[in-house]
Order: sequence, then structure tokens, then C-alpha cells
Amino acid sequence: MTRYILRRLWYMFITLFIIATVSFFLMKMLPGSPLNAEDKLSESQKQIVLEKYGLNDPVPVQYAKYMGGLVKGDLGISFAFDNTPVTDILVDRIGPSALLGFQALVVGTLLGILLGLTASIFRNGPLDYTSTTIAVLGTSIPSFVFAGLLQYVFAVKLGLLPVALWGEFKHTILPTIALAIHPMATAARFTRTEMVEVLHSNYITTARAKGVTESGIIWKHGLRNALIPLVTVIGPMAVSLMTGSMVIEQIFAIPGIGEQFVTSVMVNDYPTIMGTTLMFAFLFVAIILVIDLLYGLIDPRIRLAGGSK
Amino acid sequence: MDNKNQNNIPKELFKPLVRKEDTSEKISSPSRTFWQDARRTLFSNKMAMFSIFILVAIILLSIFAPMFNEYGNDDQDLSRAKLPPRVPVLENVSWLGFDGTLSGKYTGNNVEAATAKAIARYDNNEDFIDIKVVSEGDGSRNSAEVKATYHIYDAKGLEDTYFWIGTDTLGRDQWTRLWLGTRVSLIIAFVAAAIDLLIGVSYGGISGFYGGRVDNILQRIVEVLVGIPNLVIILLMMLVLQPGIVSIVIALTITGWTGMARIVRGEILKVKSQEFVLAARTLGTPNGTIIRKHLIPNISGIIIINTMFTIPGAIFFEAFLSFIGLGIVPPDASLGSLIDIGFDNMSLYPYMLVFPAILISVIMIAFNIVGDGLRDAFDPKMHK
Repeated sequence: MTRYILRRLWYMFITLFIIATVSFFLMKMLPGSPLNAEDKLSESQKQIVLEKYGLNDPVPVQYAKYMGGLVKGDLGISFAFDNTPVTDILVDRIGPSALLGFQALVVGTLLGILLGLTASIFRNGPLDYTSTTIAVLGTSIPSFVFAGLLQYVFAVKLGLLPVALWGEFKHTILPTIALAIHPMATAARFTRTEMVEVLHSNYITTARAKGVTESGIIWKHGLRNALIPLVTVIGPMAVSLMTGSMVIEQIFAIPGIGEQFVTSVMVNDYPTIMGTTLMFAFLFVAIILVIDLLYGLIDPRIRLAGGSK
Repeated sequence: MDNKNQNNIPKELFKPLVRKEDTSEKISSPSRTFWQDARRTLFSNKMAMFSIFILVAIILLSIFAPMFNEYGNDDQDLSRAKLPPRVPVLENVSWLGFDGTLSGKYTGNNVEAATAKAIARYDNNEDFIDIKVVSEGDGSRNSAEVKATYHIYDAKGLEDTYFWIGTDTLGRDQWTRLWLGTRVSLIIAFVAAAIDLLIGVSYGGISGFYGGRVDNILQRIVEVLVGIPNLVIILLMMLVLQPGIVSIVIALTITGWTGMARIVRGEILKVKSQEFVLAARTLGTPNGTIIRKHLIPNISGIIIINTMFTIPGAIFFEAFLSFIGLGIVPPDASLGSLIDIGFDNMSLYPYMLVFPAILISVIMIAFNIVGDGLRDAFDPKMHK
């Protein structure tokens, strides 16, 4: 197990190193600098600005400095946004994104499990078809289309909830629903498939034979076992949430990481783009790793198999 | 007891068994190949067949629909900007929303104030605005409400003009742009899926078939590539490349093929140890022929399924990129860029968002249902 963890950590490190290196050199290839065209600067003033950003050094030196800073959590200084350090920008903005992502993941997974469970209990009945349809719609319809629908119906037409902005709990409702649809659909499909399989297994027959109540079978023997593999899809779910958060934050004007990225792209603020990209990459890789390790902890069968390797 | 009874049965009751032809070896149902079985399962899946029909219709429309009227992709004319949908015949059925009018509810302290608001909103063209009083009001703030209907086509002197699903902010025909956009989205999705298929199958095939050192090296490369999040790669590529169809395809495929490669490798490993491959090898079949003739056909089901799920993924990512401003550049349109424009005008001109949003949803749903149908069809466990 320890060897496995070390191996995974090593791969994680390599991946992040490659991403950082590739994105650094890609950003160097792009045109654009912190010097605004409209700022009429003298040659010496320009030199001072370039010096401040360290853009006067040869590229390899810049690379070494950047990587050195990265280890210390320093992502450089933003070209735009009043020259704030990128790390500060990201730290300021991680709150809303994390809150939304967490709410969406919890709401989506719980609703999805319930939906999938209902479908598997009433298999091939009308409830099953309803929940399967919801799941297909949820996996298919892009989250931004769904967000538009919610915004139009609940904010513009009915005026029940704010159209956009951020601050109170009511501002989080629509974006959370829009983000939660995809995890919900994934969880529903997965739970249904697993549950159907589990309910046909021998230990369920044993439980029935010894007179366990139907609710005991479903909740204690069935659902518990069906949910173990669900841990594996939480990783991809979190990933799709991050993709979704970019557009959802843009639509609902939420001051989060995704919105920051889109804005940075518009103004060619390369240090911020890179910082955001690296942070996304780190989160992705870390989540997948944690989920994989967690899976081994939850399911003893996998831990044993991993240990014997 | 039983034995005794048997012994008492008179001999004449015994008859010699007429020897029939042995039926145990007979095949009771007609033999079908894997492909025939798969086809039968798919054809009996009504939802999947309906989705295929819808998709074919959408593909045909994306080819021919822009020719249905005389407007081009980039025919800008600000005098006819933001016109609502208007369809001949259907315009007489008011609740459908194809009558070419803009309407809205306006409130004020009294009827006059509300009416004035409505008229100011609709270009001050009083002659072409129908005012219907919803509530008279009692003089308190925003108590009166009127419903105003603005006959914008008549107001602009376009009585004989029909924009089936309206025009955008620059006066371009939405119908033409919607289907051209669909064409762009579909082309990107199909090309990306085809490239993923080509690279993924050959990479995975080689890796799985040759095994050993080749496999080891190829798999280490894939392992690192898989670790890099798709979204990050796509975003970085889009920043570096000139935005456009080709760049989107490159960004989608640059690591997109790894999923296919892994699946193909796994399947090849499963199939290659079977007897028919050994037989082919004994007969001296070259490796290339074994891969092409024996291995690939046996794993084609899983390849087809995987490709079918790549397509909606690519459509989504294209729309996503265009939506955040990294995809298709104007004047070209794609479903994503149309939805992006639609969002900016959502509250006043919802039709600009509705049609592209519905279309992309229908396409995605249909592809997913067909994908599910194919998965059921190619899964041997499903056949009885």
C-alpha cells in the first residue's frame, strides 16, 4: 500500500511538473506584456516595469525563478488587476467556488442516490422510467443551458430569486442547482446499476431467507454495498464540477476562480491564467489521488488486493 | 414397494422405444452472428431508433437548412436587428410566439404612466403598439399594469418579411446562423471523434498487441498524459492557437485519444490470448493482418460505443469554449457562440437563447440515447 501511494505521488508530481513547464513556455510564446499600449512610457520607465516583472531576464532564468516561486506558493504578479500577486487573487476567490462546488456535490450526490435507489426498487415501473429520463436529461443537457433556463424562469420571469451576484445564501441557490444537475444524474445512473446488481447477489437472498425486513435489505445490505463503487465516480464528478463552475460563475457573476479565469483570458493576463490553470491542475490531480486512496480504505477487498501486489 | 409394483406390470404393456433421430445436438433457434444480434437489439430499441432519426434529420438540416431562405451568415443590417420570430401561417396562432411581435408587461402608478413606459421601451412607435390594460391601479406605486404588444415588423415596414426564428443584435437571420452553427459544431465533433478513434485504436492496438517493452514505454507515456486534466490542456491549447475550427479539433484531440487507447489496449490483451489468434499465427499470418483482420473486428463493438460517447463530449466542449470566448470567432457561429449571444439578450429577447439551447440539448440527448442503445446492443450479456 505504501509503495502504491508513493508511486501515485510520484506520478502526481511528474504530471504537475509537466503542466507547469509546458504552460510556462506556452505563455512565453504568446504576444502581450504588462505594458499597456495606452500608457505612454519612456524607455527607462518601460525597463523599470519589465524589471519588476522579471521579464528582462533570459527565458531559462525566468523559468527557474518561476518554478522556484511555485514551490513556495508564489505564482507571480498579475499583469492586470492592479498588479496584485496572483496567489492573493486566487486565495480571495477560492471561497465562493469551493462553497458552490461543495453544495453542488453534496446536493447532487444525495439526490442522485435517492433517485437511483427509487429507480432500482421500482425497477421497470413508471418511477424507474421517470428517474432514468431525468438522469439522461441531466447527463446530456449542458450545465450552462440549464443555468439559462433556471435564470430565466426563477429570476427573470418569476422574480423569486436574484438573477446574479453574490453574498447571501439566496444567491447560491440557482448556481448550486445548475451545477448539481450533472453529479445528480451521474449518481442516479450509477446507483441504479449497482443497486440492481447488488439486489441480485447471493447475500441478499441469504438475508431474505433469514427474514430480514425489506427496508433492512435495501438500506443496510443493499445500499451500503452499492455505494462503495460510487466513490470512484466522485472524482470525475468533481472534475466536471470544475468545468461547469467556469461557465456557471460567469453566468451568475460569482467572484470565483472560474470567473477569474474567463476574465483573465479576456485581458491576456498571463500570470493569472497560468496560476489558475496550475491550481485547477493541482486540484484535479489531488482529488483523483485522494478518491483512489479512499476507495482502498473503504473497501477491504481492494486494500487486500493492493497490499498483495 | 416401488420395485414390487414394477415387477407386477404385465409384460405386454411394454413397448419397444422407437428410435428417433438424436435431437440434442440440434440448434433450436436460428444461428445469428454477433452483428445480426446487435442489429436486432438496436432496431428493437425504439428510443434509440427515434434518436437516430432525429440526428439524421438534424444533420440533413445543418447541410440544407441555410439554403431555405435568401439570408447569408453575415448579412448584417442594423435596421432589422433584434426582430422576433415570425413564420408564415403560424403567425396567426398567437400563443406559439411566431407572430413577429414583441410584448411585455409594464407597471406604473396609473395606466398612463405604464403606457408611457411601454411606448418608450418600443421605439416610441405609438401607432404600432397595442395596449391592453391589465389592472387600472389605485395611484400607489406600480399598481397599474398594462400589456403592450409591439408589431415591430409593421413598424419597420417589413410586412412581407419573415425571419423564422428572428434576427440577432446585428440583424442577421438566426435561422441561417443556427444551422450553420450546428454544422460547425457537428463537424468539430465528428472530426475530433474520428481522430481520437484513429490515434487511440492504433496506439492501444500496438501497445496491447506487442506487449513487453513496447507496451511498457507506451503505457508510461499514456499514464502521464491521462494525469493531465483534459480541461487544462484544452484551455492552454486554445490560448496558444488561433481560435477556429482547426484549433478546437486539435485541442480536443491532443490528449482526447488516451481514453480510447486504454480501452483498446485492455480489450486487445483480452482477445489476443484466445485460440483463434494462435491459429492465425500458426498459419503464418503477419502481425498487421492479425491486428486488422482478427483483433480489431472482435473489439469493434466497444470502439463504436466509445466513439459514440466521444461525439457529445466534443459538442459540449466546443460549446463550452465558444461560450467562454475561446472558441469560434465571429462572424462564424457555433451552437456555443449563439448561446453566448443569447445569454446577453436573455431578458428582452429570449428567442435568441431558446432555439440554440433547445437544439444543443436535443443533439446531446439523442447522441447519449443512441450511445446507450449501442452499448446495450453490443453487450453480449443483453442477448438471450
